[in-house]
Amino acid sequence: MTESILIIGVGSPYRCDDSVGLAILKQLRLHELHNVHLMERSGEGSDIMDIWQSYGHVILVDAVQSGSAPGTIHRIDANTEKVPTDFFHYSTHAFGVAEAVEMARTLGELPKHVLIYGIEGKDFEIGKEISAEIEKSAEQVVQQILDDIHSIREKELAHA
Amino acid sequence: MKNTKTIKVDYLARVEGEGALFIKIKDNELQDCKLKIFEPPRFFEAFLQGRHFTEAPDITARICGICPIAYIMSSIHAMERILGIEVGGQLRELRRLIYCGEWIESHVLHVFMLHAPDFLGYQDAIQLAGDKPELVKMALRLKKAGNELVRLLGGREIHPINNKVGGFYKVPEKQDFAPLLEELKWAKDASIEAVKVANSLECPDFDQDYEFIALHHPDEYPFNEGRLISNTGLDIDIQDYEDHFEEIHVEHSNALHSIHIEHGNYFVGPLARYNLNYNQLSELTKQVAVDIGYDRIVTNPFQSIVVRSLETVYAIDEAIRIIENYEKPEKPAVDYDIKPGIGWGCTEAPRGILYHRYEIDEKGTIKTAKIVPPTAQNQSRIEEDLSNFIPKYMDLSDEDLTWKCEQAVRNYDPCISCATHFLKLDIERE
Repeated sequence: MTESILIIGVGSPYRCDDSVGLAILKQLRLHELHNVHLMERSGEGSDIMDIWQSYGHVILVDAVQSGSAPGTIHRIDANTEKVPTDFFHYSTHAFGVAEAVEMARTLGELPKHVLIYGIEGKDFEIGKEISAEIEKSAEQVVQQILDDIHSIREKELAHA
Repeated sequence: MKNTKTIKVDYLARVEGEGALFIKIKDNELQDCKLKIFEPPRFFEAFLQGRHFTEAPDITARICGICPIAYIMSSIHAMERILGIEVGGQLRELRRLIYCGEWIESHVLHVFMLHAPDFLGYQDAIQLAGDKPELVKMALRLKKAGNELVRLLGGREIHPINNKVGGFYKVPEKQDFAPLLEELKWAKDASIEAVKVANSLECPDFDQDYEFIALHHPDEYPFNEGRLISNTGLDIDIQDYEDHFEEIHVEHSNALHSIHIEHGNYFVGPLARYNLNYNQLSELTKQVAVDIGYDRIVTNPFQSIVVRSLETVYAIDEAIRIIENYEKPEKPAVDYDIKPGIGWGCTEAPRGILYHRYEIDEKGTIKTAKIVPPTAQNQSRIEEDLSNFIPKYMDLSDEDLTWKCEQAVRNYDPCISCATHFLKLDIERE
């Protein structure tokens, strides 16, 4: 029996490149994925900690702004790498994806496998358009996620 | 893989608007204090024009990741006022119930993940979790009860989509609530503990002279309906809101500041609701307040952590009452005919009143929309708080002063995307 996989697409549909996580989910919905659950989320951290609780495999996609070239794909294995939360002290209302990972780690509640794709955005203004270079990266991430799902299933078969 | 690298990024988070605080100090005296908050409602007001009125709840729900129910409900009530329909009985109760869920989620998030670390001297909730894991686990479980309530009534996969003009798309069976009811009974006790924890925190002395504004309903603590009242004698129907309040442009901010005409800035949110609606709280909530020896009127904004906790007790108590009395309504929504007109909706978002006004034509197309979120209404008041607060802490280092200012801003639980997300602080000393 296969283990359920949760894929979380984080973003706002009205913040241009910030919606890339939702766009990726939309693409994934076109594929027939067995025992894979797709959820859209706004990115509030404790909500994410709540929905991933019963899953062994979580893949989360979000837009980021870290100073890299727009469209850059950051792939973070949250189980082995810290997700930096340096900005936290200076934010007034933020308990987001990074905090969810680090809080879950502190409490020993991080799912067994958490993989995060961060796509470097360019335009986070209000609006509906995703920048061209970000759309390209989104296609790539869709393929990478399909590959990730495939390799999770392969490993399951090998251990069956 | 072309264009791909695995690196550590500086941060990974929602980047939804930006706020900034500018402080100028000369010869150890505060010269200037400006709060700039970015404001998305202007985009949404334009975006809504030409859309069908039934789309407004779903579109405006996306303005805020923390309080979608408030946006949904304010828009729905405005539309129902245009259409002349009243949603009563169990459907009205279910609307209160989903609002209880949103308050629980939002208040617990703010009290424990954002506000409590300030009082306890932790830089963030992750540090707090390291030292007091049981407290944080309790808070997360409490918040989860709110999440479950919203998901049960609003839908599970994305943001709440089950509410609509006239009622709901689907309503639950009585038995659907059974597991949640058990959890809420646990949550009731946990929330009372949370009040005691919040009340044990040491607050700076900072009582201010505020004009508090909140909805008021004779028979219930306000979520969806009521007249707009204040401690200075205001008592109006929400259709008169724009006769009494105006949004003014201030030079230093691209956001509009709301003011009460001829009165100035004002305060919306938990403190305003509590001070103006104490008698409408449930007996249990009042008893908890009495047991901790709590004041009947609260004018120190740092005390909002206690009032938010009391409101969490109320929301849980009210949710239990509604679920225990629930009987599935025959129809999930009331029928209506489209007609043109103007309508107003004002509901109590966790952080204060959220006002919507719409005009629709005979086909139901939105002609104009106006949205005034709670944070925009508190903005001018926050600035004045800071101006009164900073002089007490002038000797602190820039870093410590920055943190103090953040705490003073955090009292208002400014909304993640209704108004601001990221607060940049800039202190200039001469």
